[in-house]
Amino acid sequence: MERRSAKGWLYLLPAVAFLGVFLVYPLVDVFVYSFEEGYNSASQSFFGVGPYNYSYVLHDPYFLQALKNTFVLVIITVPLSTGLALLISVGLSSIQKLKDLFQTVYFLPYVTNTLAVGLVFMILFKKTAYTDGLVNLMLHWFGAGPVDFIDGPHWAKMFVLCFYTVWVVMPFKILILTSALASVNQDYYNAARIDGTSRSRIFFRITLPMISPMLFYLIITGFIGAFKAYSDAVAIFGVNLNAAGMNTMVGYVYDMLYGDSGGYPSYASAAAIILFVIVLTITCINLLISRKNVHY
Amino acid sequence: MKVVLQNLTKRFPNRNKKIKEDVVAVSDFSFEIPDGELIGLLGPSGCGKSTTLNLICGLQKPTSGRIFFGEDDVTDLPPENRGVGLVFQNYALYPHLTVRQNILFPLQNLKGAERPSKEEMLRRALEAAKLVQIDTLMDRKPSELSGGQQQRVAIARALVKMPRVLLLDEPLSNLDARLRLQTREEIRRIQRETGITTVFVTHDQEEAMSISDRIVVMKDGVVQQIGRPQDVYDSPVNLFVAKFLGTPPINVFEGEVRGGLLRLGEDAVLKAALPDQKVWVGIRPEGFAPEQAGPLHCELRAVEVMGRDISVVAGHPACAGTAIRAIIRAEDRPDTQVGTVRFALKPHKVFLFHRESEERLAVELS
Amino acid sequence: MNYESIERRARRRERVRKSFTYFCLVLWALMVLFPFYWMLLSSVKSYSAYNSEYVPRFFTLSPTLQNYVDAFTAVPLAKYFLNTLIFTLATTAIMLVVITLAAFAFARLDFRGKDLVFTFFLALMMIPNELVVITNFVTITDWGLRNTFLGLILPSVTSVFYIYLLKENFAQIPDELYYAAKVDGTSDLKYLLRVLLPICRPTMVTITILKVIECWNSYVWPRLITDDANYFLVSNGIQEIRENGFGRENIPAMMAAVVVISVPLIVLFLLFHKKIMAGVSRGGTKG
Repeated sequence: MERRSAKGWLYLLPAVAFLGVFLVYPLVDVFVYSFEEGYNSASQSFFGVGPYNYSYVLHDPYFLQALKNTFVLVIITVPLSTGLALLISVGLSSIQKLKDLFQTVYFLPYVTNTLAVGLVFMILFKKTAYTDGLVNLMLHWFGAGPVDFIDGPHWAKMFVLCFYTVWVVMPFKILILTSALASVNQDYYNAARIDGTSRSRIFFRITLPMISPMLFYLIITGFIGAFKAYSDAVAIFGVNLNAAGMNTMVGYVYDMLYGDSGGYPSYASAAAIILFVIVLTITCINLLISRKNVHY
Repeated sequence: MKVVLQNLTKRFPNRNKKIKEDVVAVSDFSFEIPDGELIGLLGPSGCGKSTTLNLICGLQKPTSGRIFFGEDDVTDLPPENRGVGLVFQNYALYPHLTVRQNILFPLQNLKGAERPSKEEMLRRALEAAKLVQIDTLMDRKPSELSGGQQQRVAIARALVKMPRVLLLDEPLSNLDARLRLQTREEIRRIQRETGITTVFVTHDQEEAMSISDRIVVMKDGVVQQIGRPQDVYDSPVNLFVAKFLGTPPINVFEGEVRGGLLRLGEDAVLKAALPDQKVWVGIRPEGFAPEQAGPLHCELRAVEVMGRDISVVAGHPACAGTAIRAIIRAEDRPDTQVGTVRFALKPHKVFLFHRESEERLAVELS
Repeated sequence: MNYESIERRARRRERVRKSFTYFCLVLWALMVLFPFYWMLLSSVKSYSAYNSEYVPRFFTLSPTLQNYVDAFTAVPLAKYFLNTLIFTLATTAIMLVVITLAAFAFARLDFRGKDLVFTFFLALMMIPNELVVITNFVTITDWGLRNTFLGLILPSVTSVFYIYLLKENFAQIPDELYYAAKVDGTSDLKYLLRVLLPICRPTMVTITILKVIECWNSYVWPRLITDDANYFLVSNGIQEIRENGFGRENIPAMMAAVVVISVPLIVLFLLFHKKIMAGVSRGGTKG
């Protein structure tokens, strides 16, 4: 038995070692960092222990800006992308011809490089000396004036970011919802049809409740994902997000850690923990709501 | 409500796209279901019985042919305008709704003048629930009910809008053996009480025989025989129907009529007024009578005691199956030591079928 | 009741609904595909043609491949490409070994504390990457592994989720197979390699593909750990090109670079789209 026990641990050793060094130890360490005041990464020394890092971060205008941006992003993109994905999935489930083709096309953004395609979106929206860009051309058709979406007003930048975020997260949501819809037994719909149920009633009284577990799963993961938004913003606005006023909370953490404004792992840790607490709170609220509304 | 099916045909494109020829699920089905009868659609799986049910309720449209409810031609009518109730094989109860909400569901779909008041709806739901004896379970979810109870809820939901026709798709196949027996009597009782014309689909011949006013035996989309269960059993039109009905199944022999005598191998068993030819011979298990000087010589293999009756397993060279199974009274038990047994045959339990077409040959046996 | 008109109306409504559905679906398909089309289109427009179009054109009559030449000569795109390839292959290969061993231990071997460790592993799935990346950055810096492949690879060679996925798959294989192998004197390792892995190949392939996609697109960690362009991956490379390459306004060349780094994954996707989609719906998360 002892030998077998040793063998089990031997097989597990690489995984345990890697996880220990790169997941468990850092998890503890991040809390330590966040309470070490005045940490100097060069000398690896600090002055004292206390909540100063948190207070610094919470008073940092860049952090507040990032907090605000992240919340706006979350509040706009999560309902929008989930709703849109639901509509598209319902449409997709109601057809037979070309269904596979549509499904494949819709999933394409999932496998593309966020940074690379973000560049394309920047080009589409960008207004330069040479050209107003394609989006502005389209706006012009409807008589709306040119807007600089990349270097212009904050709302315009926010719009682009939300737009791109929705574009990026849609494939996953459509995929999940389509398979959730496909797994609803066809007999329920047949039964409803024989009883003369109207389409809207079928949708709200049968389809929605039946896929509600998956829908809530998507909403919860959607919130978590949107709170961690970062590379989408970098893709469109470049690495200096603070200057563009478009930083996100995760972006703030990384900027504190590294780059022109970096070298402050303590502040980064405090910000990361604040982010984590927010995400945890929202997720718990979501779970509570879903427990009330998911019926089985 | 009388239901008339006129030359119903349903073709599907073949799933295997390489085969151009359509699959014929139902072929030229004509039948008139008298008002208030309980009809059993019976056949092996894939015989087109479920398709027929779907055609009647409107979930599928026939390729050709007409369907009438009473005098109304409903062929092109969508299912919701037909006024049918359908009970699904898996019941299709909405898992997130309570029993009450499930039963109310069809009523809440009604619009305008047809829509009853809220009190009326509740009253009717309760009435339907009482009919199937689930009125004490109204606030449970389907997942909290047993299979039999779910089945009753499904029936109540189908009945609550007072359908012109009630359709049941394999209603008992998800129940265990004891419940099945109980529920099929229940279905019979409910159908009698409501007097609604009912069609139910099953692959279990015993089930169909026991509760139907009339059975329809189907094979490969083609109706084989329609009639009262006893009539069909006593007088099958072809070998398929004869084989499909009855437990234990009918015994089939390769026989021959020669010189006005029906011969099974060496044994001349009955007189048959037919020209000389080879035939299939079907003998019901209860058609054997052990007799000292019986004309059919069999090799006795085993005797199974079933209580009131016993079942004799025997072999015969002309038998088309692996063994003969005869049901006889317990007091006629043959002596297993002897190793052989001789039977006389009851002529009305013996059927002759054409060797090629397998159609029943009309002949007087004695 | 006029049955014919009821039926006609139902049919017409059905037709309208269907057309509208297809219209919306096509619209979204265009929305998805258009950026790809635009990136291809821009990448074959010549520099001068692109910049002379104040109103962008939706097609070009004189496509050129010059931008692709520029993309490979003016910036070290090939180097980024190679780095990413090495990073992706090495990370995926090491990870497969690590998770296979761990999953096998959980699914098949008995050892003290197994259940406890497994529960602990599951709990680790909840930890967001953002929380641990700070310390990892410091760790790798302290070990002097910045701007090395080792530094890039090490933190991402384990995945609790994939261990879990594989363990579930291993556990589905009937015990009899294991006992039969034992009776034949097969060692555990041989059983794992010769029996278990071939049977679980579909899951292994799915995990591999998902990990390759993840590696190919990874941006945050490589950005933190490399500032030497010799170790940039494509994501960082494209960001570098955007900030400093070509002179800022050579958009066609930039698009050519984008096309080049997008193509491998799109090809992979077109080849394996069924597998990828099935794998993601089984447990991928993104967004």
